[in-house]
Formats: sequence, C-alpha cells, structure tokens
Amino acid sequence: MSTAVATATRSEGAVASRRRRGRRRLTPRLLIASVAAYLIAIIFLLPYVEMVITALRPPSELQARNYVPEHWDWTNFTSIWKTGFGTNLRVSLQIAGGATLLVLIVALPAAYYTARRKFRLRVVFLLLVLATQMFQPAALLVGIQRQFTSYGLSPVSSLILVNAGFNLAFAVWILNAYFSSIPAELEEAAMVDGTSRLGALGRITLPLALPGVVTALIFTFIAAWNEFIVALTLSGDPTKGPLTVAINNYIGQYSVDWGHLFAGSVIATIPVIILFALIEGKVVGGLTAGSIK
Amino acid sequence: MADTVTGTPGATKADPTPRARRQPRGRRALRLMSPLLWVGPAIALIGVVVLWPVYVMFKTAFQHFTANGFYLGPAGWKNFKNLFNEPDLPSILTRTVVWVVVVVGVTMVLSLALAELFNQRFPGRRVARWALIAPWAASVLMTAFIFRWALDPNYGVVNIFLHDIGVLDSYGSNQADWLGRPDAAFAWMMVVAIFVSLPFSTYALLAGLQTIPHELYEAARVDGASKWRTYRSITLPLLRPAFLVALLINVINVFNSFPIIWGMTRGGPGYETATTTVFMFQLKQAFIGESAAMSVINFGLVIVVVLVFLKVTRWRDQVT
Repeated sequence: MSTAVATATRSEGAVASRRRRGRRRLTPRLLIASVAAYLIAIIFLLPYVEMVITALRPPSELQARNYVPEHWDWTNFTSIWKTGFGTNLRVSLQIAGGATLLVLIVALPAAYYTARRKFRLRVVFLLLVLATQMFQPAALLVGIQRQFTSYGLSPVSSLILVNAGFNLAFAVWILNAYFSSIPAELEEAAMVDGTSRLGALGRITLPLALPGVVTALIFTFIAAWNEFIVALTLSGDPTKGPLTVAINNYIGQYSVDWGHLFAGSVIATIPVIILFALIEGKVVGGLTAGSIK
Repeated sequence: MADTVTGTPGATKADPTPRARRQPRGRRALRLMSPLLWVGPAIALIGVVVLWPVYVMFKTAFQHFTANGFYLGPAGWKNFKNLFNEPDLPSILTRTVVWVVVVVGVTMVLSLALAELFNQRFPGRRVARWALIAPWAASVLMTAFIFRWALDPNYGVVNIFLHDIGVLDSYGSNQADWLGRPDAAFAWMMVVAIFVSLPFSTYALLAGLQTIPHELYEAARVDGASKWRTYRSITLPLLRPAFLVALLINVINVFNSFPIIWGMTRGGPGYETATTTVFMFQLKQAFIGESAAMSVINFGLVIVVVLVFLKVTRWRDQVT
C-alpha cells in the first residue's frame, strides 16, 4: 500500500511542478469541485475500507455493531492458511501467470504484423479479435464447459487457455497501437546496419513498446486473477480452485465465515489494486481501441 | 496450431507442377502463408477458446442430456420448448431488460458528471482519480460480498448506520433484511453494478474529454456562449465516440454480469432476482440442454447489440 501511495504522490508532484509555470488559482468554484471530488473518492474506497476492517475484527467482535472494532486482530490472516488458502493462492498464480505468458506469446507477433503490414484478411482478423472482446465467457459458458471437460485437460490448463483467449483482444489492441506509433524507418535503419528483422524487432521496437507490453501483461494478469464464472464451472473441487472460487466457498449453506472471507479478499485484492494503479492511464485505450478504430 | 503453419508450405513442395511455373507459385503461396506465421497462433487460440465453444453450445442446445450429463440423443427444439414453458422466464427476461437499462443508463449519466468533475484541475486530482479505480481493479465477486456483509440484517454496517440515524427500527427485522426481499435485493444489486461500472465509464469519458481541442472552448468563450451551451454544443457532440464505446462495453458487461447477483443472492429466492445469465447458470446444474438453449438466446441478443453498434459507428469503413 505504501509504495503505491508513494508512486502516486511522486507523479502527482511531477504533474504539479510541470503545471506551476502555468496559471493556476484556487477559485471558489475549483474549491467546491475538489471537495466534491475528494468526497466521491472516499465513497469509492469505503467498501474496501470496510473489507479491511472486517478482516481485522477479532471473531468475538464480528457481531459487535460498531463501525470500528475495539481491538484489532490479525488472527484471520494467520489462521486462513490452515483452510488451504495457500493452495488456492498457488493455483491463482499459475492460472494468471500462465494466461499472461500465453497472451504475450500469441499477441506480440499478431499485433506487430497487423501494425506493419496490410495483408488480405487483416479486417477479418481484427473483427475476430473484436468478437472475442464482445463475447464474454459467461455467454459461452455451456460450450466452454462441455468442450473443456471433453478434452480431459486439468482445470488449471483449461483456465489458462480460456483466460488467455478472452483477454487476447486487449493485448492485441494496445500492442498494435504502440507498434503503429513506432516508425518502421527505425527498424529499416537497423536492418540496413546489418540486423535481421527479428533483431530489429527485439532491439529497437520491443524496448520502445515496453510500456504497452507491461500494460498488456498486468491487465491480463488481473483479469485472469479476478475471473470467477469459468473458474467456478471448471474447477470441480473448490479447495483446488483459484482464489475467487475459494472465497466463494467461505459462504456456507447455513453460515458464512466472514472473517476468513474478507482476510482472503484483502490478500487477493490489495496487490491487484496497486498493480492496476500502475497502468491506470493506459487501460482505457486498450479496452476501447478496437471499437473506435 | 503450429501444424497448419508449417504444414502448408510442405504441401506446395509436393505439388507436381512444371519447374518454370513452380517458383512464382511457391512464392505466392509463401506470401499468402507468411501472415499466418504471425497471426496464426492468435487465430488458433481464438478458434479453440471462443469459436469452437460457440459451435458446441449450439450443438448442446439441440441435444438431450440427463441431469448428471448423460447424453441421450438429439432433442430437436425440445430444449427451447422447455425453456419457453418455464413459468419464470417472462419475469426473468423483463428483469434482465430492467437490469441492463437501469444499470447502464444510470452509469452513463453519472459518469458524464464524474468525468466533468475529475477533469477540473484541482490540487490532488491524480490521487482522487486513483481512488476511483478500486472497484474496477478489485474482483467484482469480492465487492459483491462486501455489500452482502454490509447489508446483513443483524450486523451489517448499512443497517447499523440506518439504525443510528433512526431510519431502521430494529435489527433482524424484515425491514433490515434487504437481500431477503427480492425487490430490495435487486435494487441493491443494481447499486453495486453501477458502482463497479462507474470507474471504467468515467475513465473512458475522461479520455474522450482529453481529445477535444482547447481552441474550441476558447472560441466558444469569445463568442460569449454560456457554460451549459458550451457543454451541449461542443463537449457532448465531440464526446460521442467515447460515449458510444463506453456504452457498448457497459451493455455487454452488465448483460453478462454474473458475480454480483450470484455473490449476493445466488439469484434467489427461487429465480426472483435472476437475470438470463444467472438463470442460464442455475439451469446448467441439472438441465444442460435447456441451459444451452438459454445461452443461444443470450448469444443472439449480444450479436444484435454488437451489429447495431457496428452499424451506428461504421466500424469497418474506418479500419480499412
């Protein structure tokens, strides 16, 4: 948490110093706007504050009817590992990591080629990519379930494939935009100097497109990390499923293990919010590029 | 996936054409194939994960299965007939329309206001914007659970607050049991859906606002246009592309939304808070054929929405 706040304030400082040269007065109108914006920002954070507070409540105070507990208690965070949460965390890392890697391997060449060449079927390919963005796994769930159970793949491999497939579009759009913005002349110059096409790609283009690559990686990772409906369908045994399935499993038929549910949610959510903040400015472009173009 | 790419040039080598004609033809085949080398893996992945399940889903909709998934043979239109004979289907369809229209409508209107607000150059804007993304980045399922806990009839913080300000008379009462009453539960789930949809829409509109040239506002000021007039005649029309895309993505996300309803009520009591997506999942437990029929209808609805969007924005003209 503190590192992310530090990055945010650092960049805030940079923005402020850049702007200090321009005119900026704090008019009454601007003051009202900023107070309203801060209030809204707090409202957006409140549910997650409640999540952390509940996770830190001692079991005896779960029914205390106070906004903040009298004592803070970490036991939910230590005892959760005895419920098998470590396995779920590992499964989530495997699925999200695997899907991210697969998306990178598949999206990089496709995005590069569509940015550099106008080939036949280019429009067909881009429409196909757009289609994957428009059809979410929930819409095709029955097909996905029947297909992947008939393959006999492990749930983890199936979930890697499904998450990679449905998040491919974002990576293709954002990488396509970056590659298009890098002049082909740069590569040609390197090739005149004796590098191969792949060498030029690796040494010139990829480093320049690195922010796009990082954005695509983080976005895919988070999307796969948070995915629920396919994971719930393909996991089978919830104790061997990813975090979303495990946390859903704390809701029992007659009672809910709220302490562990929210301790698990904190562990699953906070790192992801911080990661997301790093790419925040570039996400919209990847999500909307396909439909705007 | 690699087979198709390497397999085809091999096929041209075995081609028994005369030597003179072979060279250009081989080169042409190679030129036709080389895009596949780059784009092929992506197409293969989309094929396996997205296109093939569509086929399997359609096939399943016309097959007869027992409750534990045992295949009994073709079913014709029986799954669709069963689906249309479900007594709950009309109310589920109505609820789905209400769900999409209210959630997306309120989200878009609110995010227009939020984008305008967060576009003002106030100190600390970046940190304030940063707080907006939490519901976007966090798992929607976990956000839904937070609200489920906050609405607990006995110990939920919403009820504690309502009790403190004197609105709620007693804990554990019917009034406090928000998620036990279908109408109240559905209203709260729409609130959660709006809450998690706002960040993306706001950010999309903020990005749209950034593309509007500053000179236009200067010109409007010189002409003496009022704030509202400027907003209506300059900001809104120029925001149209960003607005339409955000609208489309929201419609699709909200229509397919599952974790909010599943996390808060499991679609219950009965099917009384289910949308078609949740209903599809509920059916899937025992009636996979009928569930596939529901999916086919959902799929058709998404196609219609996307086609209308492509028509409105003339997507193809711009990509070629």
